[in-house]
Amino acid sequence: MRAQFVLSEIGVGLRRNLTMTFAVIVSVALSLALFGGSLLMSDQVSSMKGYWYDKVNVSVFLCNKSDAESDPNCAKGAVTGDQKKQILADLKKMDSVVEKVTYESADEAYKHYKEQFGDSPLASSLTPDQMQESYRIKLKDPEKYQVIATAFDGRDGVQSVQDQKGILDNLFELLNLMNRAALGVMALMLIVALLLIVNTVRVSAFSRRRETGIMRLVGASGFYIQAPFIMEAAVAGAIGGGLACVFLILGRYFTIDHGMALSEKLNLITFLGWDAVLTKLPLILAASVLMPALAAFFALRKYLKV
Amino acid sequence: MCKALPRLRSRARFAYGHGHLPPMVRGVSVIRFDSVSKVYPKQNHPALRDVTLEVEKGEFIFLVGSSGSGKSTFLRLILREERASHGQVHVLGKDLARLSNWKVPQMRRQLGTVFQDFRLLPNKTVAENVAFAQEVIGKSKGEIRKSVPQVLDLVGLGGKEERMPGELSGGEQQRVAIARAFVNRPKLLIADEPTGNLDPQTSVGIMKLLDRINRTGTTVVMATHDQNIVDQMRKRVIELEKGRLVRDQARGVYGYQH
Repeated sequence: MRAQFVLSEIGVGLRRNLTMTFAVIVSVALSLALFGGSLLMSDQVSSMKGYWYDKVNVSVFLCNKSDAESDPNCAKGAVTGDQKKQILADLKKMDSVVEKVTYESADEAYKHYKEQFGDSPLASSLTPDQMQESYRIKLKDPEKYQVIATAFDGRDGVQSVQDQKGILDNLFELLNLMNRAALGVMALMLIVALLLIVNTVRVSAFSRRRETGIMRLVGASGFYIQAPFIMEAAVAGAIGGGLACVFLILGRYFTIDHGMALSEKLNLITFLGWDAVLTKLPLILAASVLMPALAAFFALRKYLKV
Repeated sequence: MCKALPRLRSRARFAYGHGHLPPMVRGVSVIRFDSVSKVYPKQNHPALRDVTLEVEKGEFIFLVGSSGSGKSTFLRLILREERASHGQVHVLGKDLARLSNWKVPQMRRQLGTVFQDFRLLPNKTVAENVAFAQEVIGKSKGEIRKSVPQVLDLVGLGGKEERMPGELSGGEQQRVAIARAFVNRPKLLIADEPTGNLDPQTSVGIMKLLDRINRTGTTVVMATHDQNIVDQMRKRVIELEKGRLVRDQARGVYGYQH
């Protein structure tokens, strides 16, 4: 009886305020879709970080013959066998930061270059002796690049010390910035959604003041009087939350799997799986119900005397 | 038309003018006002000044006085729509000042209220309007199915359960409102000018109905401007003027100034 009564009251209330309800649903859907999107984005960035930082090396490039003529760092000529031994020995001593050192000869470098850039005109004009030998150093902590740089930059036979992480960091910075922008838009949308809910509740309470007045007089409890309004907001919010979930699923489907098909075009990046998307959905649904309900509750304290 | 009765103003004489109940006896009274004053915020003149009176179980009381005399404030204090600024209001043995907010609904379930403007829900049928008062306090479906026809019979609307309020005459609408106020069998029925919108003949019917309800043991407090009714019924009359209790008279009449 109670449940049926409350449910029918909710239906009546939502239909009476159809335009307002629609606005609430759309704004909740958009804000939560943005929220979910930016959650996924930051997950994506941190998983990419984990993946790439694991792969990045610090490279100590050694001077070759042609560098000796062109590069001031190599003014003392190409690297010698002794210098190489010394560098390797020093690297071995730094085992507190260095996890692994691999040596890449000029031939190997040439081979890798060919593999990566295959048929480009630059690759075809390249010869193995133009390539540099290098030590590829994998660090225990990718942040500790500076230690290697200070130890080897400017040393005889070393052309340059390069940190691949630096290049990646720029990319991640950009992604984080986009993420923060999305969160900002989300916050605005959320404020809009909550204000809309407050206003909807106000209108709803006003249009039902006759009913609530009678309820008060015959001694209906505060909960009983408020429940329909709060449920109304919660139902509208839940519909919006459901839509946000659909947006997220469609969003992943069309950007990554099909449509833009980023997973094929950017096959260097491992994209988040469906499980990452699905685990966000309960969070979004819970937020979509709780936030409007709370907003309605506080609005009622102001606009509905119990 | 008004009989020239002596205007009696002394509160000392009439505060317990109903007579036989000394103020020390507690628990029997349905309403008890002890030196109650009410000042609304931002207003200099109190709406009610130092009103002391007692209403016993089963009484029928007319509350008279010109507009702005404090009748509405008096009723709102009983319903705890407002709280007294000074003094104590007891309703059904409870000190309303000490009644916490969440207990107010429980208290109101023992009161019934009827207004001049009926306050029916226009999109619900007669039976639904009456059932509404039970639904919202969580009565069971079976109970509602039993008590609604009963109370509609009592108010003389048997057979009109499925009508909409708009199809009914004013008198019939007020009967629906009374049925709704009475369906939960309140101990106290408060009527704020229930005949204010009705013609004299219809009003008589409503008064007979209120009298019948009174005879079931329900205390009735009725604010009214209707002189004929007050003069005919010869019930206890309480008159307010500018917030003061100026007359409390058993078997009274409306007064001569009108």
